[in-house]
Amino acid sequence: MSLYRDEGIVLRTQKLGEADRIVTLLTHTHGKVRAVGKGVRRTSSRFGARLEPFMVVDLQLHAGRSLDIVTQVETIHAFARPICQDYAMYTAGTAMLETAERLVEAEGEPAPAQFRLLVSAVRALAEGAHSPSLVLNSYLLRALSIAGWAPSFTDCARCGAPGPHRSFAVAQGGAVCGVCRQPGATSPAQETFALLAALLSGEWGTADASDERHRREADGLVAAFLQFHLERQLRSLRLVERV
Amino acid sequence: MYEGAVQDLIDELGRLPGVGPKSAQRIAFHLLSADPTDVRRLVDALIEVKARVRFCDICGNVTQEDQCRICRDPRRSATVICVVEEPKDVVAVERTREFRGRYHVLGGAINPIAGVGPDDLRIKELLTRLASGEVTEVILATDPNVEGEATSTYLARMLVPLGLTVSRLASGLPVGGDLEYADEVTLGRAFEGRRRINA
Ligand SMILES: [Zn+2]
Ligand SMILES: [Zn+2]
Repeated sequence: MSLYRDEGIVLRTQKLGEADRIVTLLTHTHGKVRAVGKGVRRTSSRFGARLEPFMVVDLQLHAGRSLDIVTQVETIHAFARPICQDYAMYTAGTAMLETAERLVEAEGEPAPAQFRLLVSAVRALAEGAHSPSLVLNSYLLRALSIAGWAPSFTDCARCGAPGPHRSFAVAQGGAVCGVCRQPGATSPAQETFALLAALLSGEWGTADASDERHRREADGLVAAFLQFHLERQLRSLRLVERV
Repeated sequence: MYEGAVQDLIDELGRLPGVGPKSAQRIAFHLLSADPTDVRRLVDALIEVKARVRFCDICGNVTQEDQCRICRDPRRSATVICVVEEPKDVVAVERTREFRGRYHVLGGAINPIAGVGPDDLRIKELLTRLASGEVTEVILATDPNVEGEATSTYLARMLVPLGLTVSRLASGLPVGGDLEYADEVTLGRAFEGRRRINA
């Protein structure tokens, strides 16, 4: 298999040499792929615009010894343009891309559920129907769930006792009942629990109707959840514009 | 692996941007067989550049004085500022001969995944320059890629409410490319057809 074809979303680009770029993609079938886009920084490149972050592409790659090489690329969804014309979208979107890159750790291992989730979240972001920071939080909770760290915001995350509960502990997996509760648990507002549950299940009616105070509280809890499960800090998270 | 000094040189060369291990080895052996006076000139140039070149107090461009040649030139308009990412972009815009104002070099673009946010760029310095009221127009000439566009979006949102004329280089520039690779005709056209950004 020296040539292969796949769909992918561009996560990150880095300059390489005079005019090339190393492009990191999350693909449908081949998982995370790092490939060289030859000459894409030159004005004559046919590929440049298609190998930018947030672009969803159909591409053909030539498998190399260390890095693959992009030989053909066609646009499926041009999400880059609307996203970089809105700063809140851009910063929320880059945090999504970085999270996907970190959650799909190994290169070449298929992660089709993460791929599909990321593409639909980036689409929702680009369409602008919901606040960028809500789209980001919803994505983060679902991406963590796919990775095996599904939180619970209603029933007790430890024993399953039916909720709602008053305590929340990141290390214990979310809402905890009075019995399972350990020292250090916090007590967020009931509306914040409801918002987190809505973001996890995709009930946008509830999420869109939430007020500012509970969104801020949810931002903090989702960020704490993410950082707890990722070994290193996410660089882009502190730069997310919360509007 | 080579011994001692040869390997040290290959390692140092290999740390330069765009130089892979093979190129580093080739350059090292070229230097080994080169005339000593040629090598001396290279060494002097390297030492000289570190000792004498600094960044302009006003615009952030490279210079050997406190202020760069363009900021010191009284014939350049002080009412228009062209914002670019890197000093090499100043050179690219100068080549077009379309622009007679001053520059502001940001030192990069907003790139959260790489850990670069607005506070890591020379944006505060730009706002300080604008505070005097002399500048009436700002042209955003960041790279035509996602990071460059997002940086212009951020700046436009901040500058338009100040009552300045803010414009972005017209499309026609290749998306995904580096400004430095745009030929002067294309870049000149993008300058002429720059698009005004409204609030
Ligand atoms: Zn319990
Ligand atoms: Zn200057």
